[in-house]
Amino acid sequence: MGMTIVEKILARAAGLPKVAPGDLVVVNVDTTVLYDSNFFPVYWREVLKVADPKKIVVVFDHRVPAPDRSCAQAQIVGREFVTRFHIERFHDIGFDQGIAHVIVADRAYALPGSVLVCSDSHTGSAGAFNCAARGIGGPDIIYAAITGKTWFQICPTVRYDLVGKLKAGVMTKDVFLSVAETYGDHANHNIEFGGFALGDLSLDARRTLSTMGTELNAEFSTFEADDALLDYVRERNPAPFAPQYPDADADYQDRRTIDLDMIEPLVALPDGVIRNSVPVGRVAGEPIQQAFIGSCANGNMDDLAMAARVVAGRRVAPGVRFLVTPGSQAIYRQALKAGYIETLMEAGAVVTNATCGACGGGHMGVLGANETCITASTRNFKGRMGDPTARIYMASPATVAASAVAGVITHPGEFLGGGTAS
Amino acid sequence: MITGRVWTFGDNINTDLIMPGPALYLPEEERIRFIFQANRPGWVDQVRPGDFIVGGRSFGFGSSRPAALSLRNLGIGCLLAESINGLFLRNCVNFGLLALECPGVSAAFEEGQTAEVSIEEFTVCNRATAKMLKAVPVPDRLVALMRGGGIFPLLEREGLIAPEQPRAPTNASHG
Repeated sequence: MGMTIVEKILARAAGLPKVAPGDLVVVNVDTTVLYDSNFFPVYWREVLKVADPKKIVVVFDHRVPAPDRSCAQAQIVGREFVTRFHIERFHDIGFDQGIAHVIVADRAYALPGSVLVCSDSHTGSAGAFNCAARGIGGPDIIYAAITGKTWFQICPTVRYDLVGKLKAGVMTKDVFLSVAETYGDHANHNIEFGGFALGDLSLDARRTLSTMGTELNAEFSTFEADDALLDYVRERNPAPFAPQYPDADADYQDRRTIDLDMIEPLVALPDGVIRNSVPVGRVAGEPIQQAFIGSCANGNMDDLAMAARVVAGRRVAPGVRFLVTPGSQAIYRQALKAGYIETLMEAGAVVTNATCGACGGGHMGVLGANETCITASTRNFKGRMGDPTARIYMASPATVAASAVAGVITHPGEFLGGGTAS
Repeated sequence: MITGRVWTFGDNINTDLIMPGPALYLPEEERIRFIFQANRPGWVDQVRPGDFIVGGRSFGFGSSRPAALSLRNLGIGCLLAESINGLFLRNCVNFGLLALECPGVSAAFEEGQTAEVSIEEFTVCNRATAKMLKAVPVPDRLVALMRGGGIFPLLEREGLIAPEQPRAPTNASHG
């Protein structure tokens, strides 16, 4: 049997003709991404050498600008590391900053066919770039920076063929929720996305899916490469690369077709996403105090454009805090030029600087006791965004924006000129 | 062979339960106080060094935060679960927490019973019932890391990171 995309990338990186599920392989890492959390005393050890500073990227994203002295100190340690090893690809607070996974996409650091690691769990985001990318641990990332290598155990792959076209107001976040509802947990499995619908899905839309692979409990989530991807990368990164395509007889453990026409807006109920979603109508009318759009999954241009479209000419409901966090300062500027930021702010949204912020409950939007939030971000575990008694619903940016305006969970169709059926 | 008293946990014990966000950037001695605060308050005062955790499916699902380090520092001798999230298992390797996937382990143990684990044979036995289970074998070099304190001691021995400094008292604010 042949190999899947991620097997081909890892075989190449390991210098092996073939890898198969169960193999433990040591691979050469093409890109190692560090972020501010890596430099806290509990995670960091003074590094005495690095394998190749050109293969390292440092981004400050989790808690920026520093909300307290411990974060400020970690950023100082990070800057010293950057200076000591002459790391050029450094995204400090300012013009070039953003959420690490979004920067990796904005700048096309994730080269098709390459291996990228970062110690954040949503590193699989770069899988949309035909990249074998995943989160590894803090010590793992130090090991990778020092030696240029890491290890992976090869898991079986489930292939998703996307066909059809999403209806107006339906987003790939809804596709993710549908997969989590239909197929549940993907523990110890890789996910591969491809199919005829790919051409209709923007890279932003694909990145929502690859990022959320983590929330399916999957290992690697990897997309097939197409011309749209390859052109995007070539425009932004002069480095050579070799995309990997699955073998015709690739050994998939399962192959599933998703008809995008059939997807409806969904909402995950509080505390988890695995087999925990319902059509929006089932929870419509549930009052909220906070609505959030942001994170590595939903802080993209597509997401901001959709949110602006939903709230245009309307006002956020009294008693609701509507927080919008662009994924990078570059996206922020782009959305500003496109008029989305003005539309959102006229509606009463609070637009923050690019940071992980409210998604992780770290700062800028922490939930209090018994509050209810609807979020277009990565995770809705109990306690994730603040107090453990807070209830966190998860949905697409369209549904979150509609809910912010209504003050209760609401189907986006009501604000997009479509039907309200759900 | 290692043995330990068992604490049972169900399915989907995620990283926000093991190590809640507010604890993330605290000094380790304060951080371990938060373990399982939402789902099992008071447990950190009952657990003893050498105790085992028996979990269900998808133990450690979630973020890459060093939750495995805090379980190790709390003295957990071994983590056994139906399945362990891939990133969490990496962090068990990274931080030197012995962890094995063992189908059937959830149903095989009641809280307070004693488990006997053979790292050589990858077997798990309930001493009270004599029920014997097979754990999923872990490659030798990963077992060596789990038992040898993880990645930092390895990098330290090879002179690639500086030796650990005794930490100065923290005065960090966490507002």
